[in-house]
Amino acid sequence: MKRAFFTSVLLLSLLIFQSNSSAAIEVVEFNSASQEQRYKDLLKELRCLVCQNQNLAGSDAPLAKDLREITEKMIKQGDSDAKIKKFMRSRYGNFVLYEPPFNWSTAFLWLGPFVLLILVIIGLVMSIRRRQQEELFQPTRASSDAEQVKIRNLMRNTPSLKPKDSEN
Amino acid sequence: MKLNYIIPLLAFFALAALLGKGLTLDPKLIPSTRIDKPAPNFMLPVLSSANEKFGPQDLKGQRWVLNVWASWCVSCRYEHPVLNDMARAGIAPIVGLNYKDEDLKAAKWLAERGDPYYKAVVDNNGRVGIDWGVIAVPETFIIDEQGNVIYKHTGPITRELVNSEMIPLLTANN
Repeated sequence: MKRAFFTSVLLLSLLIFQSNSSAAIEVVEFNSASQEQRYKDLLKELRCLVCQNQNLAGSDAPLAKDLREITEKMIKQGDSDAKIKKFMRSRYGNFVLYEPPFNWSTAFLWLGPFVLLILVIIGLVMSIRRRQQEELFQPTRASSDAEQVKIRNLMRNTPSLKPKDSEN
Repeated sequence: MKLNYIIPLLAFFALAALLGKGLTLDPKLIPSTRIDKPAPNFMLPVLSSANEKFGPQDLKGQRWVLNVWASWCVSCRYEHPVLNDMARAGIAPIVGLNYKDEDLKAAKWLAERGDPYYKAVVDNNGRVGIDWGVIAVPETFIIDEQGNVIYKHTGPITRELVNSEMIPLLTANN
């Protein structure tokens, strides 16, 4: 009984620590809440170059730590977000930004989805129109099912069977 | 009518080709932003030399190599003999940027494995490395007579690479 209790405590603590293990980020003190918010936002937007699918906020890599320190220092110096991003970009290129800037090399990335969406809408509209036009020539108000079949067969140029007397 | 069936097929092949190309690219190779731009300046203490300092200005007018290394870096071990050979051949001065290392360990490394460096400079906090856009050691740069970075290699250098890419750049007449 006692053992089961300890095991469950151990498992529970493992779970808790597992969920907190994203990164051991240093505690950073800022003069104002807005500075702190900017710091947090920037760390989310900047990519860790070493572990490439993490941002600076979530990375334990020594380089990420250094870049966090630089970000902190620049904010405290009163540098703008744009200046901090420019500092990072001039060293590591657009890759350091999770949201790449719009230019010729990224135009396809930014506009591609919209171009695709427009193409799909154009295709959809065209096919709907074509269907509507086809329907205009369709006999929609044939007086009876038998007549409808006859008209359809005529339009398709298929030889229709001679209707039996009983059906007429 | 047939076109309606061919277009999706073509679109599929185009997408497959695009994604297939993406698979062959190495995401670790991030192009340097410093190529064809002035080498970031620094003035750093020389390893095991009390008052001496070195900066890129000291080698202006000639082509030289900046090799970023550290004693904790495993793949630096593989390229070290290549650096030693390059130094022995006297192709160009090689400056070693000792990145986020401890001086004693770095000096011991050079004593044990040979010292290929014209100067080994100490970048304790890694800030000069950040200025140069260093992501993971080892990295190797070539700087030209005007002080511009003209080449960067990420990862350990090999004899083949030195012969095919670095020597032509280092011996080119400009």
